[in-house]
Amino acid sequence: MSFINYSSREINCKLVYYGPGLCGKTTNLQYIYNKTKPDAKGKMISLATETERTLFFDFLPLSLGEIRGFKTRFHLYTVPGQVFYDASRKLILKGVDGVCFVADSQMERMEANIESLENLRDNLTEQGYDLDKLPYVVQYNKRDLPSVVPVEELSEVLNSTRVPEFEGVATTGVGVFDTLKALAKQVLTELRKGG
Amino acid sequence: MLTPLLVMYEDEVRRIQSVADRLQQDSRSRAVLVVDKNGQLIAASGSAAELDTTSLSSLVAGNVAATGGIAKLMEEDEFTGQFHEGKDASVHISLIGRRVILVALFDKNTTLGLVKLRVKKANVELEAILEDVAKKAETPQQNVFAEITDADIDNLFND
Repeated sequence: MSFINYSSREINCKLVYYGPGLCGKTTNLQYIYNKTKPDAKGKMISLATETERTLFFDFLPLSLGEIRGFKTRFHLYTVPGQVFYDASRKLILKGVDGVCFVADSQMERMEANIESLENLRDNLTEQGYDLDKLPYVVQYNKRDLPSVVPVEELSEVLNSTRVPEFEGVATTGVGVFDTLKALAKQVLTELRKGG
Repeated sequence: MLTPLLVMYEDEVRRIQSVADRLQQDSRSRAVLVVDKNGQLIAASGSAAELDTTSLSSLVAGNVAATGGIAKLMEEDEFTGQFHEGKDASVHISLIGRRVILVALFDKNTTLGLVKLRVKKANVELEAILEDVAKKAETPQQNVFAEITDADIDNLFND
């Protein structure tokens, strides 16, 4: 849910990175954090386990600049990818303005991708959202690894609605900002429609 | 409308701010934050400038959401209040009208009893303001963003 504050002249939007465990959601946020100027970002918060697996969420506030006199702020969240943290994932989707599904391109993670995407749809429905009507992008991450599935195949299975899709290597930043920009643009365009 | 918007106009923000200011003084808290349930800061009072209010807002909202999840599992309607006690600092968190979170950060200058008492009073005032916000949302207002062009959006990403 975008929050427009006429008093401080700010627009705040919530973007959620979703995907199976170890697909690189946190790595996307870490790369964005590392490459953003200090005055355009807040602290990155990771609620993670001792082994650095996301326990509840990662949070990164970003300022993109002004649009018609309003400061645009994006709050980036990741969900915990591991299957058994489903209750937490549902909570993080509350009030979401845009979703990025990060898929793991490796052959052996295909099933996990499909399961996570179905879980995303189900959890959104439960919160009263429809993925087909939300600003939404897909990133095929880990393109640098040897056993990756061809993009066409990934696209066919994971992007049947043909939303903007990007190849990514989140560890080195390939595709990370392209993905974010595409999603942020969709969210702002939605705002223009009034909602 | 696909995603409902939360829109706060200057008048309501000013009224919320004055409730926060008064609560901070009357309860002798260090700081008072008013946060949207999704983690967006609406108003801050007291020594809030020294705090990372953006992070605090997001974590408090996460905390309230998690507690709400626990309530649901226990078939309880909602836990409206939470209290975290530290050695020096403590936090009182309450959910108002299922929509907004009121956070009082305090130390040994005051007591939990006083904070709770004043929060209760602020609760009533905030609920009335939130009702006005909801009423305003029902009547269509001019969408200032209807005029945004693709170029405006592209310009944000030009560095």
